[in-house]
Amino acid sequence: MPLFAKQVLALIRKDILQELRTRESITAMLVFAVMAIVMFNFALRLRVDSFLPLTPGVLWVTLVFAGTLGLSRSMSSEQINQCMDGLLLAPADRSVIFLGKAITNVLFTLAVSVILIPVMAILFDESLMQAGVWLVVLLGVVGYAGAGTLIATMAASTRAREVFLPILLFPLALPLLVAAVIATSGFLDQLPLSEFASWIGVEVAFLVIFWTAGTLLFEFLVEG
Amino acid sequence: MDALLTATNLGKLYGMRPVLKGVSLSVTRGEFVAVLGANGAGKTTLLRILATLTRPSAGSLRIAGVDALAHADRARALIGMVSHQSLIYPDLTARENLEFFGRMYGISDSEIPASDSTIDTTSLQNPKSRIEDALRRVNLWQRRDDFARTFSRGMTQRLTIARAILHDPPLLLLDEPFTGLDQTSAANLSALLRETAMRERAVIMTTHELSRGLDGVTRALIIKAGRIEHELAAGFTPDLLANLMDSSAAVATSNLQS
Repeated sequence: MPLFAKQVLALIRKDILQELRTRESITAMLVFAVMAIVMFNFALRLRVDSFLPLTPGVLWVTLVFAGTLGLSRSMSSEQINQCMDGLLLAPADRSVIFLGKAITNVLFTLAVSVILIPVMAILFDESLMQAGVWLVVLLGVVGYAGAGTLIATMAASTRAREVFLPILLFPLALPLLVAAVIATSGFLDQLPLSEFASWIGVEVAFLVIFWTAGTLLFEFLVEG
Repeated sequence: MDALLTATNLGKLYGMRPVLKGVSLSVTRGEFVAVLGANGAGKTTLLRILATLTRPSAGSLRIAGVDALAHADRARALIGMVSHQSLIYPDLTARENLEFFGRMYGISDSEIPASDSTIDTTSLQNPKSRIEDALRRVNLWQRRDDFARTFSRGMTQRLTIARAILHDPPLLLLDEPFTGLDQTSAANLSALLRETAMRERAVIMTTHELSRGLDGVTRALIIKAGRIEHELAAGFTPDLLANLMDSSAAVATSNLQS
């Protein structure tokens, strides 16, 4: 296996080991996400008869907010004891750090999604458990983690990183959010794929742009 | 002897403010160079540039013949760094920390034991892996499976040294390594650093303290306002250093002596 891949795997393994020890990221994300959809469920039930038009929006807003919690913790864990310097001292391309962190963020957010979506399917009585929805979630989570890891790195060196991260990330992630909501709606409404395939294309484009940008620009972010 | 590290006219601007001005430095193997100066003199900026953590605004840097600005990845394999921050993950054990950094430094898997493997604890003379060797050198082998967060400041600093020497780098950079250590821990660390430096390495250490860690130093550079103002060969006294440094360092020395 090439050294580059070994270094990325080492970073992912380290982050998973830390998460197993502390249970800080996934637990926080999961508790937040489940609480959010329970509250949405009660709040919306008072005014609407059918959740169907609202389900994709609720799902994605919840995933985006929960994902942001994980992103923030992912980078802040490297601020303890200046561990980021330890990573930067390693004879590795800077993109190793971006890829390791971004892949970990994808895994953590997907782990939350795997629990969140069935819970939401029960609470909202919607057919969320279908391959198309999972595809949209996978693409959306990967894209969001790519952009989020990049922005979280920028925000990590600031004092108000908890505030800066959503301020910088949410406007940037808006196209992804819109595309994911429309594509999820398409599958839930059982529309022909041709009617919303372009929105899946937007998700893919977002993913490619931010993972490429992260790989290329990470060096300038951490050394700037 | 060929220089292991050659820095030429290094400069660094933060915005419009120069913090390092035309610093040139050449260090050979076996040298233990102390860079002294008051807080804000530019010591840490210099060390971060030498460690390739910060890019200089001007100048060049070569480490063991490698252009460290153009090929930073290759240069980093030649550098070990200890700073007053440990760079250690508190929720991992001492061994897990070193396993992680070993993998990041490309140390082969055969030199990294599996975490759950049984390691012969009686083999004091023949360590089975780089990790075992590094932990034994800093006297932490018996605590290898303890979480780093349970370590005292002195033990954490020893683990930091184990991390820094794990890949056997020829150049060791120490940034204020004695900060926060009590007298005993500082004395132990000083002895450990001297022993480490004697292994055909070059060591560059920044400090603003004149009372600790200067045993074994072969050359002292005094940096002031981003420039190297004085260079002293071995045999200098703390009083001489204090006279050459700014008043704040002199005050610190007199306080310690009293």
